[in-house]
Amino acid sequence: MAQNADHVLDHFDLFRGPEYQQMLANKKKLFENPRDPAEVERVREWAKTPEYQELNFKREALTVNPAKACQPLGAVFAAVGFEQTIPFVHGSQGCVAYYRSHFSRHFKEPTSCVSSSMTEDAAVFGGLNNMIDGLANTYAMYKPKMIAVSTTCMAEVIGDDLNAFIKTSREKGSIPDDYNVPFAHTPAFVGSHITGYDNALKGIVTYFWDGKAGLAPVLERTPNEKINFIGGFDGYVVGNLREVKRIFGMMGIDFTLLGDQSDVWDTPTDGEYRMYDGGTTVEDMAAAINAKATISMQEYCTEKTLPLIKEHGQEVFAFNHPISVKATDKFIMTLAKISGKTIPEELARERGRFVDAIADSSAHIHGKKFAIYGDPDLCYGLAEFLLELGAEPTTVLATNGGKAWEKKMQALFDSSPFGKNCKVYPGKDLWHMRSLLFTDPVDFLIGNTYGKYLERDTGTPLIRIGFPIFDRHHKHRYPVWGYQGGLNVLVQILDKIFDEIDANTKVPAKTDYSFDIIR
Amino acid sequence: MSVAKTESVAEIKARNKELINEVLKVYPEKTGKRRAKHLNVHDASKSDCGVKSNIKSIPGVMTIRGCAYAGSKGVVWGPIKDMIHISHGPVGCGQYSWAARRNYYIGTTGIDTFVTMQFTSDFQEKDIVFGGDKKLAKIMDEIQELFPLNNGITVQSECPIGLIGDDIEAVSKMKSKEYNGKTIVPVRCEGFRGVSQSLGHHIANDAIRDFVFDKLDPNRPALFEPTAYDVAIIGDYNIGGDAWSSRILLEEMGLRVVAQWSGDGSLAELENTPKAKLNVLHCYRSMNYISRHMEEKFGIPWCEYNFFGPSKIAESLRKIAAYFDDNIKEGAERVIAKYQPLMDAVIAKFRPRLEGKTVMLFVGGLRPRHVIGAYEDLGMEVVGTGYEFGHNDDYQRTAQHYVKDGTLIYDDVTGYEFEKFVEKIQPDLVGSGIKEKYVFQKMGVPFRQMHSWDYSGPYHGYDGFAIFARDMDMAINAPVWKMAKAPWKDDQQPKLMAAE
Repeated sequence: MAQNADHVLDHFDLFRGPEYQQMLANKKKLFENPRDPAEVERVREWAKTPEYQELNFKREALTVNPAKACQPLGAVFAAVGFEQTIPFVHGSQGCVAYYRSHFSRHFKEPTSCVSSSMTEDAAVFGGLNNMIDGLANTYAMYKPKMIAVSTTCMAEVIGDDLNAFIKTSREKGSIPDDYNVPFAHTPAFVGSHITGYDNALKGIVTYFWDGKAGLAPVLERTPNEKINFIGGFDGYVVGNLREVKRIFGMMGIDFTLLGDQSDVWDTPTDGEYRMYDGGTTVEDMAAAINAKATISMQEYCTEKTLPLIKEHGQEVFAFNHPISVKATDKFIMTLAKISGKTIPEELARERGRFVDAIADSSAHIHGKKFAIYGDPDLCYGLAEFLLELGAEPTTVLATNGGKAWEKKMQALFDSSPFGKNCKVYPGKDLWHMRSLLFTDPVDFLIGNTYGKYLERDTGTPLIRIGFPIFDRHHKHRYPVWGYQGGLNVLVQILDKIFDEIDANTKVPAKTDYSFDIIR
Repeated sequence: MSVAKTESVAEIKARNKELINEVLKVYPEKTGKRRAKHLNVHDASKSDCGVKSNIKSIPGVMTIRGCAYAGSKGVVWGPIKDMIHISHGPVGCGQYSWAARRNYYIGTTGIDTFVTMQFTSDFQEKDIVFGGDKKLAKIMDEIQELFPLNNGITVQSECPIGLIGDDIEAVSKMKSKEYNGKTIVPVRCEGFRGVSQSLGHHIANDAIRDFVFDKLDPNRPALFEPTAYDVAIIGDYNIGGDAWSSRILLEEMGLRVVAQWSGDGSLAELENTPKAKLNVLHCYRSMNYISRHMEEKFGIPWCEYNFFGPSKIAESLRKIAAYFDDNIKEGAERVIAKYQPLMDAVIAKFRPRLEGKTVMLFVGGLRPRHVIGAYEDLGMEVVGTGYEFGHNDDYQRTAQHYVKDGTLIYDDVTGYEFEKFVEKIQPDLVGSGIKEKYVFQKMGVPFRQMHSWDYSGPYHGYDGFAIFARDMDMAINAPVWKMAKAPWKDDQQPKLMAAE
């Protein structure tokens, strides 16, 4: 017996003892009808080959370990960015349990969201009654200022009409006549979570600017000097939006965030549970029509929202998750240009410190090869940064990246001598990535938590940047935007590089001559 | 901290009844009437908990429940390690449930083992419009080519499958034939079916019956020489290694475990099970169906057990041993005696730190009742409990064997109710899931996830109890809970924003 009250063994160690090892070996031998170990080894090796990769890339129907989620997740993300707003997802209830869990595992925070809990009868008769009852209950129980409705695939397949259903719910008295219920159809079988973010935000913009689904007159735009800012679906939303607010503040720009999740996903532990915290007010959201311009930090998260805003007469600017010095410069200079404000010396100094850090450290990154996967904008921003560091983003993969993104990535590669051997993989998954890491090895992999399986199988060290990050804590609190954010990304990459160098040079009397104290 | 300590049972009952009435006031009238049936104060003279269960959740209330797909793919089938489970439909369901349940296993992932992978048909609009059967067939071919050592395939239906009229049974049958009788299991666990995960368990159980048991040649030789002591562990998902720290006890008492359902399980083990002499059932809720079936069809008796905490473990070991000869009965006593010093040491260390502490639970499956004994072994008291997706038979077992007079009972609790109950009762610990964890921690209430063991475990068996005790102590007595209030702020009761 290995277990001990004074030194309690966790699962890490408990099962490594001889009793358990013997037990597990017997279980396998006697009862599991195991494959011949030689055969397992043969297939394991075969799965590393170019031949396997060719078969793997021939896949037309099967998806294995994708790096994307479905639309309503993004809709929930967008909705919680508004003041005292509850996301209401019309359809099966299990979906909502999944979104809430998913966000809570990443942010280590509660996520409030309700479902209309449709079941078999709703599948037959439609979910109107679920909407009527659901809105009434949510309104009565949680006293939200706004309920933002989106849909699961169930409601989409049976063709429920949100506009009509919400209208009927008002007539039935579920919610007051003038109560704000923006909505968006977010079918899970189209696009990904970033599409859902886009659709939900577009739904909110449309609702407030274009007459609240018939409840109010369409707003007339009276241009002012404000600038709207859209962050997009972003696992670093807490740190990033705070950093963006700081930058706007430094520059003296009057701004509106179209969705601000930075407080609701970062509430204090002080004895009080805040179901709602922070967020863009409905008044600010409506008044945002008057802004002179809107900036989207992630082009592929706002493919529909941004053109809609442009149609309303604003200038719009889209970025691709800027991290590099160059991309951040462009972002800051765009802010200055639109606002007519000068860039404060303090920001120039932050920039200088970021460049200083790169100058100090880039020797350790220069020439290293990286594989990157994640959402299209994040991939772009990271690749752009690596090129700036003299590294090669050899393999860049986005399961939810399309043709336009592919072209844009290629153009980025073509713009740098370090991009010469780099390849872009739109629409591929992490099982494709696994083959690529075997056949075209890189020094480091950048991706979300699921990249740890690739790290295990291929030995490529993983730098965790992306969404979701479940197995490391608090990363979302640190920005990856702005010069400070870029510095954070630089440090995270460097930490892994140095850890790897140390890990590879610490065998006493064998490799530890390189176990340097100064690097 | 706890209110309960200073009150008599009558006072507790009155307070809990008042609390229920207060909470119900928030609802629109129709909803209040429906929710009233799910909330009660346990009366020790009654044979059940006096609540309605296993009925539809009310729209818009923030139920904690999941869906049938979660019950089948996430619970029953997902842990079967040498089969590939296709999340059939759009990408999300498989993504959110990918490797989240900590079903431990041994195997080479991606080669002969597939538990922590996400296989999906990633439905697109055209699949909804034209149907996904051809795509499914092609997926099976691609699986065969790229994962040749898989021992079977299951099709875990997501919502659209049943709505667009796909015939996954026909595709499975055709492909099974094409691949020489390969086990291919269509599972109709669309998320809109039923009212919670529970129907998904049932559907998954039935699929094992229909597509594993019924396909077996009754005359085939067993993989192993049967013995009089062969048992199968049913309803243990090996979360953090639970089934392993259970199996070791059964084997130490002289039994032979021929199958694990379904944590660290394999298709061969499912197929072995009809040769067992006894099925020992941990999670009654999710696997009583197949246990009853095996009793009827193969004459295998089944026996519920509880491996949380030394009192229940000893009781269970003796109960299981009673099905066998003196050899095994002596074995059970030997095992109990062997671990007694460990249990004494664990209790001596942790009980003084936990004595009198109160707990509120809200979990799924067997845990709203099964863990009560383990808390009591540590001198703790469960003052409120409820099931995410329990049925009346769960509440009967709870009333008859577990809860005390006056315990607050809440079925399919809503977010609002749970917050209010905890705020008012102020337990020393809440045990529930990831969606609830941070709500209560913000309130300054210690919390342990009782689905995933908060990434710890195992909690089953004697080895697991040491970890359980350590974890509960760590949660309750962590210095952080003394720091929630800023020292310069007035002492005030925590409040619930939503209620005001």
